[in-house]
Amino acid sequence: MTTASPGQPIISIRDLHTHFPVRGGVVKAVDGVSFDLSRGKTVCVVGESGSGKSVTARSILQIVDPPGRVEKGSIVFNRTNGTSVDLASLNPRGREIRSVRGAEIAMIFQEPMSSLSPVHTIGNQITEVLTLHLGMSKKEATARAIELLRAVEIPNPERAIERYTFEYSGGMRQRAMIAMALACNPQVLIADEPTTALDVTTQAEILDLMKRLQAERGMAVMFITHDMGVVAEIADEVVVMYQGKVVERGPVEQIFHAPQDPYTQMLLGNVLKLERPSQIRAAREPVSAEEPPLLDVRGLKMHFPIRKGFFRKVVDHVRAVDDVDIVVRAGETLGIVGESGSGKTTLGRCLLRVYEPTAGQILYRRPDGSVDDVASLEKDRLRECRREMRMIFQDPFASLNPRMTVGQIIGEPLLVNGIAEGSELHDRVAALLKRVGLNPDWAERYPHAFSGGQRQRIGIARALALSPRLIVADEATSALDVSLRAQMLDLMLQLQDELKLAYVFVSHDISVIRYICDRVAVMYRGKVVETGDAEQVCNDPVHGYTKALLSAVPRPDPRERRIHARHRYVN
Amino acid sequence: MLGFIIKRLLWMVPSLFAVSFLAFVLIQLPPGDYVTTYIATLAASNEIVDRTAAAELRTRFGLDQPFIVQYFKWIVGIVTRGDFGLSFEWQQPVSELIWERMALTLVVTSSTLLMTWALAFPIGVYSAVRQYSIGDYFFTFLGFLGLAIPSFLLALVLMYVAVVLFGADVGGLFSPEYQTAPWSWGKVQNLVEHLWVPVVILATNGTASLIRIMRANMLDELHRPYVTTARAKGLSEFRLLLKYPVRVAINPFISTIGWLLPNLISGALIVAVVLSLPIAGPLLLQSLMSQDMYLAGAFVLLMCTLTLVGTLLSDILLALVDPRIRFD
Repeated sequence: MTTASPGQPIISIRDLHTHFPVRGGVVKAVDGVSFDLSRGKTVCVVGESGSGKSVTARSILQIVDPPGRVEKGSIVFNRTNGTSVDLASLNPRGREIRSVRGAEIAMIFQEPMSSLSPVHTIGNQITEVLTLHLGMSKKEATARAIELLRAVEIPNPERAIERYTFEYSGGMRQRAMIAMALACNPQVLIADEPTTALDVTTQAEILDLMKRLQAERGMAVMFITHDMGVVAEIADEVVVMYQGKVVERGPVEQIFHAPQDPYTQMLLGNVLKLERPSQIRAAREPVSAEEPPLLDVRGLKMHFPIRKGFFRKVVDHVRAVDDVDIVVRAGETLGIVGESGSGKTTLGRCLLRVYEPTAGQILYRRPDGSVDDVASLEKDRLRECRREMRMIFQDPFASLNPRMTVGQIIGEPLLVNGIAEGSELHDRVAALLKRVGLNPDWAERYPHAFSGGQRQRIGIARALALSPRLIVADEATSALDVSLRAQMLDLMLQLQDELKLAYVFVSHDISVIRYICDRVAVMYRGKVVETGDAEQVCNDPVHGYTKALLSAVPRPDPRERRIHARHRYVN
Repeated sequence: MLGFIIKRLLWMVPSLFAVSFLAFVLIQLPPGDYVTTYIATLAASNEIVDRTAAAELRTRFGLDQPFIVQYFKWIVGIVTRGDFGLSFEWQQPVSELIWERMALTLVVTSSTLLMTWALAFPIGVYSAVRQYSIGDYFFTFLGFLGLAIPSFLLALVLMYVAVVLFGADVGGLFSPEYQTAPWSWGKVQNLVEHLWVPVVILATNGTASLIRIMRANMLDELHRPYVTTARAKGLSEFRLLLKYPVRVAINPFISTIGWLLPNLISGALIVAVVLSLPIAGPLLLQSLMSQDMYLAGAFVLLMCTLTLVGTLLSDILLALVDPRIRFD
């Protein structure tokens, strides 16, 4: 143990290597990483999925999941009292590292639902840290837990400590998680994508809260994220990681305005690209408002009954979609934007009548000019309509059957509709694969052989198989890294030009909406609160909720920090 | 919670009626009745029973009445007087016959259950935490062995071992001198001495399967994010294991209570016959073979009731252990 001098970084990581021995080799998840954390400063670690940022964070506390282990390097922790210790050299199960975890260095995680125990009360999980590290009695710990919950702005903390995780909303859970992490006044807080699973307005609240608490306590914060907007908003310093290595590190200003490394430049380029409308879209003629609509939705309602009591009587309804009117024309993209629970996904599903709408009309113009109401169509006609209206799903992993080859997946709609079989089917699948930028020879492979971006292309190829006229894309790019996201959107726009497709693009991501959509409908609690031209809605919103939503989106520019001064919408 | 229990209890009433009716139908399903079997037995020893005598017997037992009337009489007797009818074969009230057997069954099965849990629980947790270690392979091997060996074979082997190596008196639950004696301290002691053979045999199978269940559940839970959270708090590995993943993985253990209760009667049948244990199984078998309608009916009804009670009990316990179910 050596003595620390003032002005030293609180944690300095040098040449860290964390490896995962797997069958047939070693995965070098962290491969020679060095950087420092300082008191009162926020260091953001950014990188795309698989870059090793989470494993780096876990290496600090020695909680890497087996079979991973720290192979080499040092993580020197310089305490305020002058002592220091190399965390990398401690036994991961030993007493010494355990007394650091949660007490001096605390960590919060991405998924607040699964990161908290489902069967223990929030209070129990907070007091546990207090009794463990500070030796408090149960009564003292409870009083302190209430205080902590109050500090993270949870209303009614006396009652909140008796609650279970599933009784909290997403934002509340993350607040409770923060309260738990701060319980022992740690000197370092490691946050692993703490806002990724949250809505933008909730994210803004959590970021605000973390900033305030950091300032009050002078903690060092290591913040892991893949969102450049969040980085610009909160970072003092940035560490960019790629494939287990640090490719660039420096002050936030330098990273955003004078990036040196080509990877950083590419990453930022993709982010900034999504800050403006797409080039492809700018180059084409706007769709005339006079043109008859392809899809004309009038007064659409989707109410789900709430049943209660002994006889399961219907006591109320969840108004998931409540009196929505939207219009989509051929060759244009309508964005539906909203936060979780706004009813945007339900609306998307109602359009194809996955759900039976409670009321309203979905008027769809067939190629011959006749108009059908999808909401009340008979089975046979509905099937015909559905051939022309397809869907692309959010999760590229869950939406492809792992036991079918890619060729079978893409060919299935052609086969079940009796359109093609045998060699003709084979040829059409090959053509579809080519169209979405995949090698036609890959048709015999299974989905697991493909990356997330490639899988989403397979999903698009499947949707295109029946030559549709309308595609409902439900958060189609949300699960993808930002570099793939722009590619995917460009592909969709190209296809739109070639095939005169109409898209209904459901998303919570404003930048994606701005990039790809011609017009936008903003949904809030089942209602469309604002519709209009994408430019106009994104730059000059009229409705209070839209203003709040847009101003909560962090911009990827550290000179334009604005979350704290955001517009708040109270209804 | 109270509302939930009351609701479930109320639902049990119609279910019980439906089940009792079905039980009665089932008992009546085989061709013939007790009298037919009785005549057949007599005929085997060259005694001929003429038609009038047979009809007389049927009238005496009430077997000549329509099915629905018989059911009605039976169920009214049970509900109003706790009278399960008369066993034809034993010429005794059914209720007298079954209660002592049921009590002994309870002793055997609950000791089996305790032993199963006491073994399966720690071994299951160990196998999961030290997955693919030598210990895990060892217990996995033992587990599959336990699953694969039929319990009656194990019973025969254990009986042989007990007699030859330990000179123990096996078979039954009591030594001859205590068999008919009233309950005393000595008799209890005698019971305990006899109990271990059937308990070991019966527990082997259950333990083997429960280890597998517990291991699989633990493996599911061990890598959940909330376990990492707990580790990041600085809890010791042992404490966090017990508090978080074990707590969640225990749910299926509780569910087993639901199907263990009906097993009280029918589960240990073969072993009970081999070891001639005075528990419910062999009596049920005998009553079914001789078409001793009311005795068999009482057992089937009891089994169904225990299934319902067991399910309710495990549901209530689950709700107590898992708040997610409680608030649903």
